Amino acid sequence: MTPSNDAPASFDAALSDLRPSASLKRRRNVERVIKAVLGAMATLSVGVTIAIAFALVRPAVEFFGEVSPKEFLTGTTWAPLFKPAQFGVLPLVTGTFLVMAIAVVVAVPCGLAAAFFLSEYASPRLRAVLKPVLEILAGIPTVVFGFFALYFVNPEITQRFWPFGDVGTFSALSAGLVVGIMILPMMVSLAEDAMSAVPDSLREGALALAATKREMCTKVIFPAALSGIVAATVLAFSRAIGETTIVLLAAGSNPQLTGNPGQGVQTMASFIGFAGIGDQPTGSTGYKTIFAVGALLFVLTFVLNIVSARIVRRFRQEYE
Amino acid sequence: MSATTSTDAVSHTPGEALATARTSGRRRLFDTAFRSLLIASVGLALLTLFALLIDTFLTGQPRLNTDLVNNMPSSRPARAGIQSAIFGSLWCVGLSGLVSLPIGVGTAIYLEEYAPRGKWYVRLIELNIQNLAGVPSIVFGILGLAFIARSPLKWGFTVGSGAMVLTILVLPIVIISSREALRAVPPSLRDGSLALGATQWQTIWHQMLPSAVPGIATGSILAVSRALGESAPLLLLGALTFVTFNPTGLDSGYTVLPLLIFKYASDAKAEFHTVAAAAIIVLLVMLLILNTTAIIVRNRFQRRAR
Repeated sequence: MTPSNDAPASFDAALSDLRPSASLKRRRNVERVIKAVLGAMATLSVGVTIAIAFALVRPAVEFFGEVSPKEFLTGTTWAPLFKPAQFGVLPLVTGTFLVMAIAVVVAVPCGLAAAFFLSEYASPRLRAVLKPVLEILAGIPTVVFGFFALYFVNPEITQRFWPFGDVGTFSALSAGLVVGIMILPMMVSLAEDAMSAVPDSLREGALALAATKREMCTKVIFPAALSGIVAATVLAFSRAIGETTIVLLAAGSNPQLTGNPGQGVQTMASFIGFAGIGDQPTGSTGYKTIFAVGALLFVLTFVLNIVSARIVRRFRQEYE
Repeated sequence: MSATTSTDAVSHTPGEALATARTSGRRRLFDTAFRSLLIASVGLALLTLFALLIDTFLTGQPRLNTDLVNNMPSSRPARAGIQSAIFGSLWCVGLSGLVSLPIGVGTAIYLEEYAPRGKWYVRLIELNIQNLAGVPSIVFGILGLAFIARSPLKWGFTVGSGAMVLTILVLPIVIISSREALRAVPPSLRDGSLALGATQWQTIWHQMLPSAVPGIATGSILAVSRALGESAPLLLLGALTFVTFNPTGLDSGYTVLPLLIFKYASDAKAEFHTVAAAAIIVLLVMLLILNTTAIIVRNRFQRRAR
């Protein structure tokens, strides 16, 4: 009898123990608040992107109300801050591509080669020395690189040794070369990551089949790491397009429609910086050009970044 | 076999001997050439770094004295100093560090510990952060010009708006490195804490964060040094002016070290280029101090954790 009476009582007691006490309830509420606050912080970054889009779109749309897109995209003279103003964006586009091409020609092959060396050839001790040195190079501020490009690379190297014509005080060549050096560490580190993700069994297999080390690198490691290498290359393009300070210092601020790397050029990014220095009055057409060119630049780099992320995700080889 | 390898008496094992035999002279030549090419590429990076450091030091060395740090910017090269720029940089970078650290770590905690995996909005946030990290810095300057300096915030060209733009700029770096640091904490720590009845936040606060501190600290210091060297976005935020006073608060006008270097470097007078080079040395020393701190912090915490 008593056991059957006792059992429900102790069961009740056990149940009430399981029911949340006041302090536990309070703690749960605290947890909920914390989660909400952290979630709000995370959404903040989305807010930033939306703000960028808004900041660019409205003035850019107003700009195209004043300047026809046809004039913008096909005009060959860029003089938005002069009178009479001219809004042909082509010189900026060719300038951007000239600097970008020179930078990528330096950064991609050299970066790839340096990555091969670090990943396949260097001893662990040499790696332990070289990696931090590359990190130092990656940490040099762009204004320092710009100074170096203008007052060392241009007079001491490009003006002396460029075989194809004269090099001016400001040149796309010096700017591009130094932008290339600036993105080199990023290229090396991303390419090396891709290479070290290739499993050793592939290396051993290649060597066992009597491949030389070079053949192993170019015929086994390179294809296996290709997706990572391509993604790194695309990012290198994006970084080269967006660089402002180096180009502004070393390539000057004269928008010219030219393919001659010995001349000074203006890129989209360096125009924005240049126009910003002039402190354009809000609402003027000059002020709005900053946003129109900025929108072009943002879209270009946005597409490149997305493409790079896609390549990594789509073609990543999962080894074990 | 021995006949074909007689020229190389160094082969030790049958396998090596076979490989040597198969490797014709041309292939070996290509291999040597390839190897030299790789070394040359690494050499180019090293050489550039050394050339940059040595050239800057030699150019700036005549003006590297206490006057440089004690004097304000001036249009007379003999008197030109960098004091207001150092203080401007300390203000802007310090503030952006103070703001971006909690927000960045908070975002990282949310994404690593709370966010439901695979939900569309979580992927949106992740993709968005990845993308923000790749946006050219000048675009953040445009954002600052449109929204912070002019309407709607109308903060003008002040320390506050400069710091806010730098905060937005380095936030992705803080988030990404904090996430990596949190991910590196062994899951057993979290599981054990939860199994002992700790709530999720107690687990994060008492177990996850302390073990992630070295990684978070390293990433944040890297972010701060990025902010210290950044010049492009602040071009649009009025930092490129002669400021002959140190900032006194958020609403004060300002200049920062990278932009004062820019200003001196682009001046027509060659004497200013010497001042620019000397200022670059000061900037590089500040960065060196930051990075050394990062390494020390990381090492000390790692030792304690073991």
